[in-house]
Amino acid sequence: MVQSALSEKNAPPAAEWRRDLLAFAALAIIVLVVFVSQGAVYSVRVMAEAGCYALLALGLTIQWGYAGMFNIGIMGFLAAGAASSMLISFPANPKFWASPGPMLIVVFIAKLVACGVAIWLANKAERIGISRRLKGVLVTLVLIASFIVISRHMTRMSHEIESTSGWIGGLGLPVLVGWAVAGVVAAIIAWAVGKICLGLRSDYLAIATLGIAAIIKTFLKNADWLTRGTLTVSPLPWPVPTPANGHFILARSLYLSVVVVIMVLLYLLLQRAYYAPWGRMMRAIRDNEDAAEAMGKDVTKRRLQIFVLGCIPMGVGGAMLIHFAQIYDPSAFVDLNYTFLIWVMVIVGGAGNNRGAIFGAVFVYIVWTVSAPIALWLFHLVAYYGHQWVGWQPPSDLDSRALEMRVFVVGLAITLVLRYAPRGVLPEPQARH
Amino acid sequence: MNDFIFFINNGLIAGLIIGSIYALGAVGVTLVFGILRFAHFAHGDIMTMGAFFSLIIAYLLQAAGFHSIFALVFIGMFPAMVITALIAIGFDRVFYKPLREAGARPIVLVMASLGVTLMLQGVIRLFGGVSARNMFIDRPKEIFQFHVPGAHRPIVLTEPEVILFIFTAVTVVALHYFLTRTRLGKAMRAVSDNPDLARITGINTEHVVWATWIIGGALACAAGTLLSMDVALKPDLSWNILLPIFAATIVGGIGQPYGAIAGGFLVGLCESLSVFNWAILLRPIKPLLWFDIPSSLAIVPTQYKLMVPFVILIIVLIYRPTGIFKGRVL
Repeated sequence: MVQSALSEKNAPPAAEWRRDLLAFAALAIIVLVVFVSQGAVYSVRVMAEAGCYALLALGLTIQWGYAGMFNIGIMGFLAAGAASSMLISFPANPKFWASPGPMLIVVFIAKLVACGVAIWLANKAERIGISRRLKGVLVTLVLIASFIVISRHMTRMSHEIESTSGWIGGLGLPVLVGWAVAGVVAAIIAWAVGKICLGLRSDYLAIATLGIAAIIKTFLKNADWLTRGTLTVSPLPWPVPTPANGHFILARSLYLSVVVVIMVLLYLLLQRAYYAPWGRMMRAIRDNEDAAEAMGKDVTKRRLQIFVLGCIPMGVGGAMLIHFAQIYDPSAFVDLNYTFLIWVMVIVGGAGNNRGAIFGAVFVYIVWTVSAPIALWLFHLVAYYGHQWVGWQPPSDLDSRALEMRVFVVGLAITLVLRYAPRGVLPEPQARH
Repeated sequence: MNDFIFFINNGLIAGLIIGSIYALGAVGVTLVFGILRFAHFAHGDIMTMGAFFSLIIAYLLQAAGFHSIFALVFIGMFPAMVITALIAIGFDRVFYKPLREAGARPIVLVMASLGVTLMLQGVIRLFGGVSARNMFIDRPKEIFQFHVPGAHRPIVLTEPEVILFIFTAVTVVALHYFLTRTRLGKAMRAVSDNPDLARITGINTEHVVWATWIIGGALACAAGTLLSMDVALKPDLSWNILLPIFAATIVGGIGQPYGAIAGGFLVGLCESLSVFNWAILLRPIKPLLWFDIPSSLAIVPTQYKLMVPFVILIIVLIYRPTGIFKGRVL
């Protein structure tokens, strides 16, 4: 079984190859046009960012394309990844290590673990013969007690750290370690969210991920002791030499190559997983949950697994994106750029097709970056002629309103693609057995 | 006594107000969820859109030299409700119905509703900008003060709050009569319970879908207008209002209008009571306490207010996914 499945994988029909080749050739021409018209410094930046977005899109295509899971909290996983990577790789703050701060954090973690264990034990109380009603009371009491303990400690800790040393600073470890931790943190959050929502229908997951993203953002904006809150942290280190000495093209190209290497690695892994029995099982669950369950697959567990796996590239890609910009600013995490844009990328490129996700990410990101100057130009044109012809006085915040127009375009793109091309530019390959 | 009045003003009344708003919004969401079977993410922005319509009509009325004892924007709310309901039907025709007829999975409809949300946000901010606006264009809002014997701090109710309470009460009663006494209302409940069976018995599902959007759109417009009248019209509310409304819907049980109303008040009260500074209530009995009262004793800091509906949602999803009123688990 396994052998035959593996040998089948190398035979996508020629038409699919031609189509993919055509799409990527067109993409290459677009990239070339950008390079020629905008110059290399700018273009390499766009390409590096597009590469990071491709990672995010690959993460989403795992969740949506392979398993049909509706995650609209990508921004939250990205922000969590970026914040943790920043904390790992930013140079240490000596004032913090000299203060009683580290001890407070150790105690905090100990309390967190203790509360977690207590809640877990309370949930298992019926094992020692406690009735269900009594267990409910017990769980509630334990939850309230842990909430009080944790929130009191957090208030004290944040106050103490902010007054003695500002914020806790980084650990000064290599950037690649930071990116790995970003993936782990995103995975842990995904596990907790998925554990609660994945047994239910996907609408609940959408609501829950949207909520968790909003909460993560609020936390990062307000946790001055942990991430300096809205004060922003910069400059974030790079895994390659930064363009501090003026070699923009060289530095950015090196960063771009790191991004591309990670992206290609992920792509190869995903291609392999997609055609492996594991990928087939995932598609079976996506297409007919009941049938898959009847075949003895643990649907909920598998969905949790794939949700966590899909969130890892989101955390890593987010960290890479923020590190490239070199500034960590929690106010900049907005749904539009970091959730819905990625959705457009995946559904335009073709859900369930890894090459489609990469194509969609690069294509949509280029369109997105050129759309800002085009929107501004259009609006200035309208304002100019409106003034000339009918004496219309444009509002003073015309530029910011023009950029809001891009929100409209993203929404329009989603609805149009869903209606007229639900399978995207590069549709998912049809399985032929 | 004064501290208790402060609690009534800032805890109870604030919670009931935001609770009525959530309830009005959640009725629409729960009907769409129950009858069309998808989470309608555009509801928050339909609220904002409705509020804008009310404001525009109020300006038109002002330009026409119209006067009345009510604020112009409240008069404008009723035509705006009709317009919003029509637009909601229009959205359904253009964006949701083709997908439904193509047999798309419900989650694709959710996605389409996200697209609609973004489009609405874009249009609203393009024409309305992002600054907050005052809804009372013709005169300042009236403030009613009720003096309680033995306290020099009065209970304060503003004009929009009184209107909101009355409107919510009337809506609840009217909705109850509509759903239990009229043909269409009964048909709606039937479709919500079992769409195939309802179709077989000859119920025109198309009419039911229309009724759903009319009720949902009109109530969303009313909720948006009344909320904006109470504070100010903020064009960038979207998720901040949508998440509590979804929480209210799920807490109340999906497809259960009464549940949505109860859920709305529950979420609203929880929100305002958790950010309320309980230290104020403890101060009068300070000598009786064995511990020092900290200056701030809110359960949740104000900036984490959004966590309250979310936590309620999580608890309900874990322990009672059907909601209080035994709704459906989709």
